[in-house]
Amino acid sequence: MARFLLQRLVSSIVSIIGATLIIFILVQLHNDPRELYVPDSGYGLTQEQWENLGEKMGFNDPLPVQYWNWISGAFIGDFGVSLAQQVPVREIIQRRMWATIELAIGGWVLAIMIGIPIGVLAAVKRGTVWDYIGRALAIVGQGAPPFVIGLLLIVIFAVVLQDTWFELPAAGRPPVFSIKTYILPCVALGWPAAAGLMRLTRSAMLEVLDSEFVKLARAKGVGWNTVIYKHALKNALIIPLTSALLLFSGWLNGALVIEIIFGWPGIGYDALFTAVNDNDFPLLQGTVFFFVVIFVIFALLADLLYTIIDPRVRLTGGEK
Amino acid sequence: MQSWWFLRRYPVIPIFILILLLIAAAIGPYVTPYERDIGNIADRHLEPFTTSEHSVSGKGWITNSDGTMSPTQIVNGYHVLGTDHVGRDIFTRLLHGSRISLMVVAISISTGMAFGLAFAMISGYYGGLVDEVLMRIVDIWNALPFLMVALILTLIFGRGLEIMVVVLFLVAWVNFVRIIRAQILVLKEMDYIASARICGASDFRIITKHLFPGILNSAIVIATLNTSGLILAESTLSFVGAGIQPPTPAWGVMVNEGRDYLSTAWWQSMVPSAAIFLVVISLNFLGDWLRDRLDPRLRQVD
Repeated sequence: MARFLLQRLVSSIVSIIGATLIIFILVQLHNDPRELYVPDSGYGLTQEQWENLGEKMGFNDPLPVQYWNWISGAFIGDFGVSLAQQVPVREIIQRRMWATIELAIGGWVLAIMIGIPIGVLAAVKRGTVWDYIGRALAIVGQGAPPFVIGLLLIVIFAVVLQDTWFELPAAGRPPVFSIKTYILPCVALGWPAAAGLMRLTRSAMLEVLDSEFVKLARAKGVGWNTVIYKHALKNALIIPLTSALLLFSGWLNGALVIEIIFGWPGIGYDALFTAVNDNDFPLLQGTVFFFVVIFVIFALLADLLYTIIDPRVRLTGGEK
Repeated sequence: MQSWWFLRRYPVIPIFILILLLIAAAIGPYVTPYERDIGNIADRHLEPFTTSEHSVSGKGWITNSDGTMSPTQIVNGYHVLGTDHVGRDIFTRLLHGSRISLMVVAISISTGMAFGLAFAMISGYYGGLVDEVLMRIVDIWNALPFLMVALILTLIFGRGLEIMVVVLFLVAWVNFVRIIRAQILVLKEMDYIASARICGASDFRIITKHLFPGILNSAIVIATLNTSGLILAESTLSFVGAGIQPPTPAWGVMVNEGRDYLSTAWWQSMVPSAAIFLVVISLNFLGDWLRDRLDPRLRQVD
């Protein structure tokens, strides 16, 4: 176990370093990295100021030293100063993080509450109306990108059903907490994830129901419901639950789009999106680093959870 | 009953939709009378199925009554899917958009497939240290959130079609590696590979002549299933503003332009949304069917 843990830990660190190295190399590909780090590509600066800037920002150092300066700063939370807002990047991330986390948790709970039960039902009552409901939900969830689902929900619940009892607000996160504002963004974020979870649960459940020990339990005379909910479910939920952990990190992509649509003041909208529009490179770089680290941590957690629940993985060294 | 059976067994409807898409991309832009990027502002937000008396058509230079020349002319126009916020015909833009989507996705999936297959075959065939290094690269690649890498690339290299193709290529290739490598690991231990080696076949010949045909089916299935993902990625990037730039009518761009008018002119963003949805689910269905046909090993219990 210790060896396996160490192995996963090392490979996570390698992933973080590799990913940041790629970003760092990409920056070097720009004809003059200084242009990325000053507002308006340095328009209005004299030649002398321009030269000094290179010295000050460390662009005259050898490349490995530059990389070391950046990565060692990033690991202690020093991502530099945002160009457009003149505020440390860390502050922006800290300020905007909670809105995104709220959204992610809402969508996550929704995805699990919808995806897993319907997946189980679809497998147990295969070929019945539950199966078809599940399939329809999955088809829409996997076929429509989050922004299409989000806009469709807005059209239905904020435009067509306007001034009825079903009307739901479609813009922003109000200063006063109101559960209604969370419904549309969380559904738009959770639906595609629920679709994936449902397919996974369904196929895992079918596989387990087809296995020897379930047949044995049935042959022994154990009731159908007991077999399903006591024997089969425990084994079938291993894969969906571990992949549900990965969802969290995978959403950092989707959350950006959802935040743009619903004007949600989270990291995606207020850090990434504005960074791209303002050509604010330090902000973008810092946010991406933050996301990569979160992603790797969650992947590690999912792996660990997987080995704890299912010891077979540990014995084979984690090769899937 | 016979036709119902046929519909359930073969992906008729998805193939029909995809063929329609191909035709639209091939000849669509030539058959509509309207200009892609020019509209009459007086015609803004016409509902679907309306006729306007002052639509702008772009068929060559014409002489006006006062002797000046203009590139467009005012005609009576029928707008099947309505017009957008500057009076451009949505159907026309949709047709042009299908061409752009197809082109971008076709280039990136084919280059991605070629690179991914080569990567996987080298990694699986040579094994050892080569395999170790190449698979670590894949691990690192999977840790990169693609939307953010795309954003970084657009900040560094500027926005546009070429960057978009590169980004999608970077997304596409990695999806081939794991599955194909696993299959190569099995294939290379087989007797016919050993006999080929005894006969003196070079590594290159073994890989291209003997291993490649064995993985081709899987590769086609993965490519089909990934194409829908690439279309989603392309439209998402364009929607966010990091992909294809307006006024070029990529579907994602059209959805984004209509976002501000949802309460008054829902069709402006819902029509391209529906197009994205239809194409993606058609590709998913076709991919699932191909998988069952060509490569049931990739299938989970269903």
